[in-house]
Amino acid sequence: MNDWLIGLALAFTVATATVAVLTRDPAKQAVVLSALGLGLAVLFAVLQAPDVALSQLAVGTALTPLLILLTVRKISRHRAPDEHDEEQR
Amino acid sequence: MTARARLLLLLAAAAVIAAFFAAACTELPPFGTASHPYGERAVAAALAHRTANVVSSVNFDIRAFDTLGEESMLFGTVLGATLLLRRARDERHHRAEAGRVLPTTRLFGSLLLPVTLVVGVYIVAHGQLSPGGGFQGGVVLATALHLAYVAADHRALRRLRPLTVLDVTDCAAAASFTLVGLATLAAGGAFLQNMLPLGTFNRITSGGTVPLLNAAVGVEVATGLIVLIAHFLDQAVELTDPEEHRKERQ
Repeated sequence: MNDWLIGLALAFTVATATVAVLTRDPAKQAVVLSALGLGLAVLFAVLQAPDVALSQLAVGTALTPLLILLTVRKISRHRAPDEHDEEQR
Repeated sequence: MTARARLLLLLAAAAVIAAFFAAACTELPPFGTASHPYGERAVAAALAHRTANVVSSVNFDIRAFDTLGEESMLFGTVLGATLLLRRARDERHHRAEAGRVLPTTRLFGSLLLPVTLVVGVYIVAHGQLSPGGGFQGGVVLATALHLAYVAADHRALRRLRPLTVLDVTDCAAAASFTLVGLATLAAGGAFLQNMLPLGTFNRITSGGTVPLLNAAVGVEVATGLIVLIAHFLDQAVELTDPEEHRKERQ
């Protein structure tokens, strides 16, 4: 049972990591990264490392994607302000 | 360097690493065995210092000096980001407008904000007893505060987050880790040696210096990350570049 869970979590992590590498748009990549963080957190939890799982969940799923999204917002506004203005309306 | 040369360099380096990695892996114990030589010694050391969470015992007792380095690294990161993301002379500050939020989002955020804050404090406070600790709880606290931004707007978040106080608290918490180490030196022990009374096993006061260092890291991580996100948010929401003013004026 436990081996199956580990295998499943490992497969999910590998799949999301591959998708994260293949995604070109940084905003979408941040969302995929968040899913990857969740997969890693589950993997750490089934491997009996709850402390690492908690860190991974907080940093990998919440903090890193948030910082990436904020950076993308700043940079994309810099590059194409007109597009962004329309979005706000 | 051409693309072909770069690819060849990558393949050569990858082949060397793959060969040595594969050779090293053959010496590893098999996956998921019952024998954990390092784990058994760490558990014995943690129990000797009456710390229920072995990971916290490793982080804040056995390898406390290691954690000092990690904590300083985070402090340096926050400091560097603050320096880079400060308001430049040619950047304009716009007050963020009050945002419209769906009533369900507002309800969700205002219900969840106090709950997540309590969970964060719990994870920090019970770091020496159960999974979690200063770092994990600190990140939960820092992200929990930003539910105010999700549920309301940037102005509500600003009122919840006195940046000057948080800056000073961050520095004080980062320094207090070293101060605990200096105190153990002054008391005649080694740097960061666990010299305080160890207390009763599985009580919140157990573990000697572990809860102290754990709390210092918790406060440092929480305040440091709030400051870090604040600078990122300011850049994304409130500060604009000179080029944008020109476009706005036209």
